[in-house]
Amino acid sequence: MRSIVDTVQPLGHRRSKYSGEKSPTSLIFLLLIWACLAFSFLFLVVLIVTTIIDGSNKFTSTLFTEYPASSPERAGARPAILGSVWVIATTAVLTIPLGVAAAVHLEEFADKKLWINRVIELNVQNLAAVPAIVYGLLALAFLTLLGVQNKNIVIGGALALSLLILPVIIISTREAIRSVPLEIRQGSMALGASKWQTVWRQVLPASVPGIATGSILALSRALGEAAPLLVLGALVFVSFDPNGILSGFTTMPIQIFNWTGRPQAGFQELAAAASILLLGLLVLMNGLAIYIRNRFQTRW
Amino acid sequence: MTAVQEKGGPASAPGRPAPSPFKGKKRPGEAIIILVLRLAAVVTVLTTIGILLALLIPSLGFFREVPVTEFLFGDRWSPRFADASFGVLPLISATLWTTGIALLIAVPLGLGAAVLLSEYASPRLRRILKPILEILAGVPTVVYGYFALTFVQATVLREWVGLDTGAFSVLAAGLVMGVMIVPTVASISEDAMSAVPGALRQGSAALGANRMQTSMRVVFPAALSGIVAAIVLGVSRAVGETMIVALAAGSQARVVGNPLEQGQTMTGFIANAALGDSRVGSIEYDTLFAVGLLLFLITLLVNFISIRFVRRFREAY
Repeated sequence: MRSIVDTVQPLGHRRSKYSGEKSPTSLIFLLLIWACLAFSFLFLVVLIVTTIIDGSNKFTSTLFTEYPASSPERAGARPAILGSVWVIATTAVLTIPLGVAAAVHLEEFADKKLWINRVIELNVQNLAAVPAIVYGLLALAFLTLLGVQNKNIVIGGALALSLLILPVIIISTREAIRSVPLEIRQGSMALGASKWQTVWRQVLPASVPGIATGSILALSRALGEAAPLLVLGALVFVSFDPNGILSGFTTMPIQIFNWTGRPQAGFQELAAAASILLLGLLVLMNGLAIYIRNRFQTRW
Repeated sequence: MTAVQEKGGPASAPGRPAPSPFKGKKRPGEAIIILVLRLAAVVTVLTTIGILLALLIPSLGFFREVPVTEFLFGDRWSPRFADASFGVLPLISATLWTTGIALLIAVPLGLGAAVLLSEYASPRLRRILKPILEILAGVPTVVYGYFALTFVQATVLREWVGLDTGAFSVLAAGLVMGVMIVPTVASISEDAMSAVPGALRQGSAALGANRMQTSMRVVFPAALSGIVAAIVLGVSRAVGETMIVALAAGSQARVVGNPLEQGQTMTGFIANAALGDSRVGSIEYDTLFAVGLLLFLITLLVNFISIRFVRRFREAY
């Protein structure tokens, strides 16, 4: 009588051709998933190269020193560059302390079982995915409520961008705080420090690199964002340097949007040149963030 | 200090344990600091309430003039003409086209990249590849818009492929938007796949499966809820994306029949309408917020679905 052993085929049986790591389907699969990544990288390279080719002619000192003009030869992005600096600096001042404070509360002090804290957590996750343009509408309605006539002011734009990146800063700060080991807190409290002293003198200093990295990345997102500012009416002809938080402004992404929409080819070159500048700034900010993370991050 | 001694008095009464002598001095400032921290956290809730109020109040004004059914089911959108019509279907049709095209690009590319990073790449290779992929998420959307308009639409689609299309199309906007959300889909799916325990892979390998079979039949199903969450979050980003569609999809609000036509999405309308000067309290001004409310509600729904799915995959293992 045949035993059950005979009906079981030897393990090596199917390995031969179709099942090993080197079977044709397996290789095609590997090729396909590499193609997915390769296509994305190729897209990125083409984007950067075409932008540089389009904009290299106009990437001159004129771009930095001149004001927008009706002819592409004389136009520059000086007010837009200064406007971006003003808006991003104001955003940073508004949002980093607020975001860090909220994250410290959620991570160190909040009672996780209390419903209000669970609502806050869920709310932060949801806010992170609200479309940017909705924050523009929020700022527009808020300024209208205050009775502000000219809504295109630095503080208005900074308000919209602050609320936009607040969830990002909260989430990254929470991660930085969470990575500080419990033993540090216990050690501090065993030495008689209060909860807040522990947070202020041990936990926060240890998580500064993580907070800085997260904040820089969030601010770089704000730097490239145009939609909320568009709603506030930032697409205006600004021929002066912004000089305060109540000053009118335009920013680099808005200026790029404006120039891209013009029919003359010269303006499209200007848009590409301003894009090179914007991309360069973002690379610098991201590089700084990565440097801080690698150089200062403590491995516990 | 005295505070401790004062407290020590009644507490040492019979039946209650004496307080620890190591309690330290009272720091009244701390209560204030903790209150400030709590207020900072409450700001996030106030933001949501603010968004809801900011969108609802002008929308109520809008819906007093325009019935909700006409808004939701009307197929003509011309808020600025003399005989104004407020049917939002043209905007929704353009949004569906750009989002759909974006997903056709982002889902296969993102999932392929996620499988490669999670199942095939060595830790070293992953450390190199992942940041490069993340750059795609860091490119400003207005630069994507410029690229979609001047290169993808004008050069690739019209010159190279020779498609019969105008200066704008929902196809170009959708294609570029798709690549933009690849990192979103890839990085969340990769997290979900990496969270699948190694024991499942070893078990699969022990049964004779190769890595492709393990990835497709074991890891992929096990990580499915995380993958769905990634895709849903991608949908939310595509629906809310503004600058690419404002630049490359065009500004004519008609029901879009095929991807080579131009069309105005919900976000595209808000961006364009904001360019014109709308008087506060006018119907044009209120229209912005009505469309904004619809956009917010759609993304809110989508986000909650995504958060649901993420929770499920976090709890699974």
